[in-house]
Amino acid sequence: MYSPDIIIEALLNGLLTGAIYALVALGLTLVYGVLHIINFAHGALLAAAMFAVLLINQLFGVDPYVQIPFLTVIFFAVGYGLQRLIIGPASHGRDENILLVTLGLSIVIENLLLAGFGSDTRSLNTDYSFNVYEVGPYLLSQVRVFGAAGALVTAALLWLFLSRSDTGKAIRAVAREKIGASLQGIDVAHVYAVTFGLGCACLAVAACLLLPTFYVNPKIGSAFVLVAFTIVVLGGMGSIVGAMLGGLIIGVVESMSGLFLGESLGQIGIFVIFILTLLLRPTGLFGAKA
Amino acid sequence: MLEVEGLKAGYGSVEILRGIDLSVKEGEIIAVLGSNGVGKTTLNMVLSGLLKAKGGDIRFEGRSLKTCSPGQIVASGLIQVPEGRRIFPNMGVRENLELGSYGRARQNRAQNLDKVFETFPRLKERIGQFAGTLSGGEQQMLAIGRGLMAEPKLLILDEPSLGLSPLLVEEMFGLIKRLNGEGLTIMLVEQNVVQSLELATRAYVIENGAVAISGKAANVAADPELRRTYLGL
Repeated sequence: MYSPDIIIEALLNGLLTGAIYALVALGLTLVYGVLHIINFAHGALLAAAMFAVLLINQLFGVDPYVQIPFLTVIFFAVGYGLQRLIIGPASHGRDENILLVTLGLSIVIENLLLAGFGSDTRSLNTDYSFNVYEVGPYLLSQVRVFGAAGALVTAALLWLFLSRSDTGKAIRAVAREKIGASLQGIDVAHVYAVTFGLGCACLAVAACLLLPTFYVNPKIGSAFVLVAFTIVVLGGMGSIVGAMLGGLIIGVVESMSGLFLGESLGQIGIFVIFILTLLLRPTGLFGAKA
Repeated sequence: MLEVEGLKAGYGSVEILRGIDLSVKEGEIIAVLGSNGVGKTTLNMVLSGLLKAKGGDIRFEGRSLKTCSPGQIVASGLIQVPEGRRIFPNMGVRENLELGSYGRARQNRAQNLDKVFETFPRLKERIGQFAGTLSGGEQQMLAIGRGLMAEPKLLILDEPSLGLSPLLVEEMFGLIKRLNGEGLTIMLVEQNVVQSLELATRAYVIENGAVAISGKAANVAADPELRRTYLGL
């Protein structure tokens, strides 16, 4: 048996990783909650964001954290444009078409990344990549603490935006009552595009927070998106609070099963949770009843 | 104020409206009557820009609405309270009302919110509640209140009495009369023929996608055809 200190450290590390998972899941659940589709391009877009961070760092030497405001705006615009110009028009309002369009997009994006950057796994090393904080007996990686803090701040800002601003309220209105929203003068196509843009902006923030420790290759997205999808199901499809809590839970589960089952089996716990959720509570922790 | 001429519309190849003519003048209550499936709700969808017209024209204050988006139509002051209310069940009463001023009269939001609470004190009691947890009558009040938040020039009410108890229906018609008395032009789309005709200045009866009977409410009420089909007399 491990000493309590080791277990607590694994728990803390799990929470730190989980916060970034939650951020990736947040984008996915937001798009699902409003557009009612699973965005299959989510992982590919995350990979694209991570390469963007890497590229900007290599070309201009800009620190990943400094890139956050800039890259968030860029990816919001990318997401807005994708939905407004490609996904929306190509789907003709049918959900199954949207699925296929986003799947197609993910293939295109991943192959563009392959063509542009090759299939090598790369990483970005900063001079603070290996700094740690000593908290009592525990050692916490500095970039992971920054990452978790950044993820929580982003989630809080998103929550504020959705609950306070008129656009945020319009997004929540469209999520449940499209026709009712149109009759108040809300432009549904615009709201869809803003939502997709916000989903992509979450990915940009996640990419900036991940890169100081995490490696990147064109296929990296699928690893995250599987975890993110489990979080979305666990938290309840479309629930923002659910995504945050689910992310933290999954982070801890991964870290614990890594500790007890060995690092290579760390993800088993995640998929056990996935299956258990589907069996026992298919609506998730905060999901609306069907 | 509103002129509809030879309006045609439908879904795919199915024609629902086969040439509707009607008009609404300022200050009137117009009743648009007809049984289920004659095209009343389709007419409203076209008027609000959610469904494109295939023929004819719609003019609101002299300007054609045929190619306008729902947002532009709301901005021009033609507001619809839809059938089935279509409130936002996942949001609070206040937020529902606030969104009523999303597309029009946003700068007067606070003042109109007070006015709506004055008209519907019940909504004020329920202010923190999720709209989905309100009773049917309260949801209808919320839907109308949300419509009023946009300072409508013409308010279209689609089946406001649907699913309400007789007592509440009475209250609802009383409210409509009061709103009209305060100067609001209303187009009332209803299946409830008797009570609507008591309230309206003029009425149109729609059958099969076209206007079958029209005229002053009293004359329509006396029409032998109407009495036979709708009142069983």
